[in-house]
Amino acid sequence: MPENATRELTFAQAVNEALAEEMRRDKRVCILGEDVAEAGTPFKVLSGLVQEFGVERVIDTPISEPGFTGVGVGAAMTGMRPVIDIMFGDFLTLTMDQMVNQAAKVHYMSGGKWKVPMVLRTTLGASRRSAAQHSQSLHAWFSHVPGLKVVMPSTPYDAKGLLKSAIRDENPVVFFEDKMMYKLKGPVPVEEYTIPFGVADVKREGEDITLVATSSMVQVALEAADLLETVGISAEVIDPRTMWPLDEKALIDSAKKTSRVIVIDEGYERYGVTAEIASVIAEGAFFDLEAPVKRMGAMHVPIPFSPPLEDVTVPTGPGLFAAAKKLCGKN
Amino acid sequence: MSTAVNQVSAEVTVTKEKMLQMYRRMQMIRQFEEQVNELYTRALMPGLAHLYIGEEAVAVGICEALNIDDYITSTHRGHGHCVAKGASPDRMFAELLGKEAGYCKGKGGSMHIADPATGNLGANAIVAGSAGIATGAAFSAKHAGKKQVAVCFFGEGALGQGVVYEVMNLAALWKLPVIYVCENNLYTEYTHVSETLAGDLLQRGTAFGVPSEAVDGQDVIAVHAVAKRMIERARAGQGPSFLVCNTYRYTGHHVGDINREYYRSKQEEQEWKTSRDPIKLFTSWLTGQGQASATELSEIENEVAAEMKAAVEFAIASPYPAIDKVAQDVYA
Repeated sequence: MPENATRELTFAQAVNEALAEEMRRDKRVCILGEDVAEAGTPFKVLSGLVQEFGVERVIDTPISEPGFTGVGVGAAMTGMRPVIDIMFGDFLTLTMDQMVNQAAKVHYMSGGKWKVPMVLRTTLGASRRSAAQHSQSLHAWFSHVPGLKVVMPSTPYDAKGLLKSAIRDENPVVFFEDKMMYKLKGPVPVEEYTIPFGVADVKREGEDITLVATSSMVQVALEAADLLETVGISAEVIDPRTMWPLDEKALIDSAKKTSRVIVIDEGYERYGVTAEIASVIAEGAFFDLEAPVKRMGAMHVPIPFSPPLEDVTVPTGPGLFAAAKKLCGKN
Repeated sequence: MSTAVNQVSAEVTVTKEKMLQMYRRMQMIRQFEEQVNELYTRALMPGLAHLYIGEEAVAVGICEALNIDDYITSTHRGHGHCVAKGASPDRMFAELLGKEAGYCKGKGGSMHIADPATGNLGANAIVAGSAGIATGAAFSAKHAGKKQVAVCFFGEGALGQGVVYEVMNLAALWKLPVIYVCENNLYTEYTHVSETLAGDLLQRGTAFGVPSEAVDGQDVIAVHAVAKRMIERARAGQGPSFLVCNTYRYTGHHVGDINREYYRSKQEEQEWKTSRDPIKLFTSWLTGQGQASATELSEIENEVAAEMKAAVEFAIASPYPAIDKVAQDVYA
């Protein structure tokens, strides 16, 4: 892209801009959630939208996650394009029937007659000292369910392009934003663009090891890659960007090229997306691998409040650096 | 419940044509369900089904007050709502048998019949599962400035689910054109309502400022009259209503629930069937008022019987979906 056609936006601004553009383009797009209007959410991601689009389209709801998520499902079936805002990813537990039994099933169960073009935006990520009920990364749950699409942007550029695609998608899409990333800045084109689902993005090219990283862990992987460079290891960082659809080919191709892989994700490691991605790579690149595919995710504990405890529950750059070095046979 | 109400309401504002249409739909539901039971006992139907026999006046009284493009959501006991909203029995039977010609190409079955052409957003097998969907449809109608309304059917068991109260609160706040219809058939599966619901049912609506009424669900004219009022109110932008229809499920929770004495007596069932049957009550009212002759009504009954027979034959003769359809329609 030409340099004069981009500017730096924060992740939050990129999300905001995607919503504003889609709401201008399509009058059916509306936002429902807790404190989304004048408050613009506690993270201020939606600031300014109610001023432009009014309270008829940026709608404050009561604290009723199952209720307003269900309203979103019905509204999507009958002609609207609702974007549901679930403030903390932990509150997704309250929406499970609406998302898993209703939104995900409607199209299939009706033989393709009804569809649910709805986006559920929510957050993930620990390390805000918010304890066990405001810190989880529950994207694996939704990735497990046929009928849902799951999106996890890691840069302002990706956030904007993927959210615009999510709003235009004919299916229910769960869109995860890392709370810690809202202030992260990055280049975003002035020109309109969208990013298709199911296309992984190489965030850094390398030859010796592949770091498959999602959402919040992309920054961790890039930090580790810098450290690895200092010891002569060239790391490739690849971001699948969408958990489903999953760009299996790009992940396998990168693994074949480097022959060593670590998959890193902020969800729980046990039964998590790292297991799925590691399995895809192990099956697809088995004869090109020099070592077993390693996984790194959140510790199998509820996220603790106390800072020194919380900090060890989530993978870090130095931790990933050490693991990668070891996998490459350097101690 | 033994207070016998032997005649339907005198509040009559419907034409003879409409009354005969109601009678036909009630006959269709009754005979449809009898055929379903037959298909089950002959082992021709996969799985189970939840019969609507005894509750016909509720679905018919309400759906006859709706337009074709108004929305409904239904329940696991949903065949009656689908028929009342205008679904074709042949494609419904095909769905119940898992056939390609079914409303959902065989992928939904008895508990999930959906039909956009008749505004049927789908039957739902999660109790209270469609409360959000119906409210969302009303949200769309209001947003688009259309005059459509949505009717959310659910059993009294759904009043145990919190989401019902969440969406009632939302619908009241936002004045959404939705009518919450509680079919109180006295049994939540195998448990009497006295063991499952505390307090007053109607106060659950009035607490949100939602106009709430109870009606004799065996009296199709009475149901129709109150439904019309509530639907007109919703269409006029005055918001949601809550209607409790007192009714009775003649058969078991599902077709396999044969021995029911541990939760209710045969005498109780017999009382409802003898003195509270919605079709018998409507028949005697129609003939007593001179609205229709016994011959006219039995002609309708026979026409419906022939239609059901042909519909069942159609479904039995229809092919199953090809195996490669299994992964189709997961995503739009």
